[in-house]
Amino acid sequence: MPETMTPTKTKASTVKSDAPPTGRKRLVKGNEALALGALAGGCECFFGYPITPQNEIPELLSGWMPKLGRVFLQAESEVASINMLYGASACGHRAMTSSSSPGISLMMEGLSYIAGAQLPCVLINVMRGGPGLGNIAPSQSDYFQACKGGGHGDYRCIVLAPWNAQEMFEFPGSAFELADRYRMPVFVLTDAVLGSMLEPATVPDLEQLPPPPKMDKPWATTGRGNRSHKNVANSLYLVPEDLTEHNERLQAGYREALREVRYDTRYLEDAEYVVAAFGISARVGYSAVNMLRKQGLKVGLFRPITLWPFPEKALAELARKVKGILTFELNCGQMVEDVRLAVNGVCPVEFYGVAGGVLPAPEDVANVVRKMMK
Amino acid sequence: MRDEDIAVVEEMECVFSRPEALTDKAFHYCPGCTHGIVHRLVAEMIDEFKLMDRTVGVCPVGCSVLMYDYFECDMIEASHGRAPAVATAVKRTDPNRFVFTYQGDGDLASIGMAETVHAAARGDRITIFFINNGIYGMTGGQMAPTTLIGQRATTSPSGRDERLTGAPIGICELLSSLKGVAYLARVPLTSPKNLKDARKHMRKAIRAQLEDKGLGLVEFLSTCPVQWKMEPIAAMKHIDENVVKVFPPGVFVDCVGDLQK
Repeated sequence: MPETMTPTKTKASTVKSDAPPTGRKRLVKGNEALALGALAGGCECFFGYPITPQNEIPELLSGWMPKLGRVFLQAESEVASINMLYGASACGHRAMTSSSSPGISLMMEGLSYIAGAQLPCVLINVMRGGPGLGNIAPSQSDYFQACKGGGHGDYRCIVLAPWNAQEMFEFPGSAFELADRYRMPVFVLTDAVLGSMLEPATVPDLEQLPPPPKMDKPWATTGRGNRSHKNVANSLYLVPEDLTEHNERLQAGYREALREVRYDTRYLEDAEYVVAAFGISARVGYSAVNMLRKQGLKVGLFRPITLWPFPEKALAELARKVKGILTFELNCGQMVEDVRLAVNGVCPVEFYGVAGGVLPAPEDVANVVRKMMK
Repeated sequence: MRDEDIAVVEEMECVFSRPEALTDKAFHYCPGCTHGIVHRLVAEMIDEFKLMDRTVGVCPVGCSVLMYDYFECDMIEASHGRAPAVATAVKRTDPNRFVFTYQGDGDLASIGMAETVHAAARGDRITIFFINNGIYGMTGGQMAPTTLIGQRATTSPSGRDERLTGAPIGICELLSSLKGVAYLARVPLTSPKNLKDARKHMRKAIRAQLEDKGLGLVEFLSTCPVQWKMEPIAAMKHIDENVVKVFPPGVFVDCVGDLQK
């Protein structure tokens, strides 16, 4: 299994923190990797509310951050957490929260304000089963919420989906870079399995962490100091023409961010059938692909790393070369809508998924692929 | 103008002007509304304490939603009720900042009650200016958590009924049990003497933050002549005759103390 974790064809972003991490290889739990990654990525302040299955993140940060001179605060609710993020990020600080599905739902209003005010921040969602209280088992049912809005108004978030502990460590830093570059919120979207799983990853010790980068954010509401003008963080535009213009400005920023599209492919050179999956599903899907390859079947894997921007061009090209794509997700069919839009009928797109916390085995996925091949 | 007149003008002393913390934009508030008074008082305080360069104000949702247009300091527009959470983060990420929120009763005592209580319980070093006029002004006169019993509002057309909607919430009474609060006072805005008191309370609520003592809050018993359907003077009288009976003015918590003279 270890060799399968080395990306073969990752479309590299220009994000700096994707440079090979310094540190030592050791067993790391996914949630711990996220917390370490946040610190390594320059997280200056964390605000959050306890919810399973992500509690290791605030627990670890509550000890580490004060030692590093950074701010940790357990808020009274997720509603307060996201508004603390709003305040900290308005003042130009790298701010992060982590939560799980129901808690993220509570943050949606605040997220819309953050997006509307063009503020950078990072949200980690360690997804659990829904809807409602659901359960604390793994799920990918918040794809729509992260990628298609969730809060009100026309806004977007960049969404990064890690698939192993190494990426759990690296992506919070990438998320901060992207958030600052485009002045927009960025999600790291993961799940209860990846959060709880111990895996080898190269991570630094706490003592090796660099201090948060000093960044010039001329728009930040830091207090005027010697500035000649005041700064205002705001999403209120009462005049319709002004709000239209503001929305066009936001959309122009989102179009810029499309260049950050990232994906990972395996065995696509001669693949006739492809499994499309993200996060933990891609791990299961990749095991299925390896099983099928051993039987001589020409099957490959397509793994979106950015769920927004979605790698639609790459999928459209792929659709012209293959006989079919199976989208596999731990939900009732969410990413498959984007796959179908990208493929646009050029090849058949099937869906296999379960929601509720049951994690299909590689054999289950392989069986669906075999059925498709008949 | 003759030369002698100019000479007279030059000799005159300027005894009243717009505080430097206010912009020259005209307030949009209704006739008889006290928002303008409190805006001016807040601006006077920023000038008096020389805080402009390190102030971050957090605006509410409600009639004063546009207050960032009126102040010269950096401002953040919060969502409805969340100003104390926003202010908490602004202060904690740089304790050298002077951070205030300005909130109405719907914002602070209804939708934002949790944020208010928890910021106070944590003793976050922020200063809250609380405008209590007992009604939702901007939304059109709906019942607020501070609406008096029997008071008519668009969502309590026959007058607020305690059995249906409970009694008005006294924020100062409620918060006075919390150890994180360093200064807490209520004042009506109905006379020059009361405005003098208001300034005294505001100075202490600001010092509570600057001297690292805890959260400071001043509640201003304010008018809303338009939604109360009263003439401005009648609205002032209504506060002095009726509102103060439900919301008695005074100092509820004072851990700040007086300055040595």
